[in-house]
Amino acid sequence: MNKVLRNGWIWLVLLFLYAPILILAFYSFTSATMIGTVREFSVDNYVTLFTTPELVEMIIGTLLLALGVAFLSTVLGTMGAIGSYYSHKKVRGAIELSNQIPVVNADVVTGFSVCILMIAFFHIRKDTFIPLVIGQTTLCVPFVYLSVMPRLKKMDHSLYEAALDLGCTPAMAIWRVTIPHLIPGITSGFMTAITLSLDDYFIATYTKPATFNTISTYVVNATRGSQTQIKTALWALSTIIFLVVVAYVGGKNLIGAKKSKKA
Amino acid sequence: MKYRFSRKQLAIPYAIFLFLFVILPLLVVIYYAFTNSEGKLSFTNYVGFFRSGEMLGTLLYSTVIAVLTTVICLLIAYPTAFILAKAKMRSSEALLLLFVLPMWINFTLRITALKEILTLFEGNLAKYQFFNTILCMVYDFLPFMILPLYNTLTKLDDSYIEAAEDLGAKKSHVFLKVILPLSVPGIVSGVTMVFLPSMTNYVVLDMIYNSTYIMGSLIGSYFSAYDWNNGSVISIILLIIICVITAISNRYTEKDTDERGNNLK
Repeated sequence: MNKVLRNGWIWLVLLFLYAPILILAFYSFTSATMIGTVREFSVDNYVTLFTTPELVEMIIGTLLLALGVAFLSTVLGTMGAIGSYYSHKKVRGAIELSNQIPVVNADVVTGFSVCILMIAFFHIRKDTFIPLVIGQTTLCVPFVYLSVMPRLKKMDHSLYEAALDLGCTPAMAIWRVTIPHLIPGITSGFMTAITLSLDDYFIATYTKPATFNTISTYVVNATRGSQTQIKTALWALSTIIFLVVVAYVGGKNLIGAKKSKKA
Repeated sequence: MKYRFSRKQLAIPYAIFLFLFVILPLLVVIYYAFTNSEGKLSFTNYVGFFRSGEMLGTLLYSTVIAVLTTVICLLIAYPTAFILAKAKMRSSEALLLLFVLPMWINFTLRITALKEILTLFEGNLAKYQFFNTILCMVYDFLPFMILPLYNTLTKLDDSYIEAAEDLGAKKSHVFLKVILPLSVPGIVSGVTMVFLPSMTNYVVLDMIYNSTYIMGSLIGSYFSAYDWNNGSVISIILLIIICVITAISNRYTEKDTDERGNNLK
C-alpha cells in the first residue's frame, strides 16, 4: 500500500467518525433549529441547557448515578479480585465464570433479567433507585474485576509476606501493601465503570424510577418528542461531552508521554 | 475459636453479589421462559415463537443486520488497524486514541448527531430504512472493532512477514497465509464485540424511526406489556446465541486463558 492511499484511508475513517459530532458542535453555537440552515451565532442552546431545571436535574442525576455506581463497583470488584485470587482454584473458577456473564451478555438481557428479579420476584419498587443502582453495578463490576486481576498477577507477593513478618495484621498489609500496588488497575476499572454507566441505556430504561432520567433515556425520549428547544440544547450537551472527553484523553496522554520521557 | 482474617474472605461479598444479581436473574428468566402466565410448566411460548412467521422474520432480520454490520465494521476496521499498527510507534498510539475516543461519548448523542446529518441529506429517513440502520450501527460499533484488531496486529512479529517475503511469497500470499491467520484472535474478539450488540441494540433503530423489529426490540415490547414469559423466551434465545459465540471465540483465544491456569497460589 502506498503512503497517500494509507493516509487517505485513515482520514476518511476519521471523517466518518467525527464529521457528525463536529458538524453538530458547529450548529450548537448558532440559532439554527436544523443543521444545514444558515443562522447567526448564538449561545442560547448553552443557556437553555444550564437553566432548564429538567435538563440540569437530568445531567446531575446521571453524573451522581455514575459516580455512585462506579464507587460501589470499584469496592466490590477490587475486593472480589483480591479474594478470588487467593481462593481455591474451583472457587476462583466459579467467580470468573459468573464474572464473565455480564461481560458477554447483551445489555438488554442483563437489564431485563435484573428487572424481573427485582420487580416481579422481590417486589422492590423502582423509585427506591435500588434496582437501577444494582442493575448498573452488575454491568460494571466485572470490568473492575478484569482490570484489577492482571495487576494482582504481576505483583510481587513476597511483599505481603514481608509486611506480615514485620508485624502488620493481614488487613493492614492488604490496605498498605496490596491496594497501593493495584491502584493503576483500580483507577482504570473505576473509569471504565463511569463510562459504562454514562453510556448505559438498556439497564436504566428497565430499572429506573419513572420520573428519573439519565442522559441516554432522556435523549431517546427527546428524539421522539418535537420540542426543538430541547433538541438543540442536547446538541450543546453533546458538544460539551465531546470536549470533556477530548480534554481528558488528551491530558492523560500528555501526562503519560511526560512520564515515559522521564523514565 | 478466635476469628481470623484471611485474604480469601474478601471474595465473599462479590461472590454473594454475583449469585444474587447475575446467577439468580438468569434462573428467574429460565423459570419464566418455561412457564405460562399461570406459573405452570409449559413450552407454548417456544412453540409460539417458532411457529410465528413474524417472530422468525425478526430473528432473520436481526441476524442479517448483525452479520452485515459486523462484516462492514471488519472491512473498515481491519485496514485501519493494520495501518495504525504498522505506522511509526509514537504517532500510532496517539492516532489510535482518536479512533477509540468516540467510545467514551454517549452513544445516544452520537446517533443523534448522525441522524441530523442523514436528515439533511435524505429528508425523510423512512425512505432508506435498511441503509440507515446499517450505517448507524456501523457508526456506533466501529471503534469496538478497531481496538481489538489493533491490539492483535501490534503484537504481530514483523520477522514472520519478512521471512515469508524472503522465502519468495507473493504479497497476497503473505497476507493470506501469514498476516490473516495470525490476526484471527483480534478478528474473533472484534466480532464478538460487534455482532451481539448489533442484534440487540434496538435503540439505534428507535432513534432513526425504523419501524422494523430486531431481537432486542421484542424484549423491549414484551417488557412494556408486562409479559415476562415471552420476554424471557427471547432472552433465552439470545443467551443461546451468546453461548455459541462465546464457545467459538474461546477456541480461538485459548492462549490468554492458558496464562490463567499456571499462576501463583
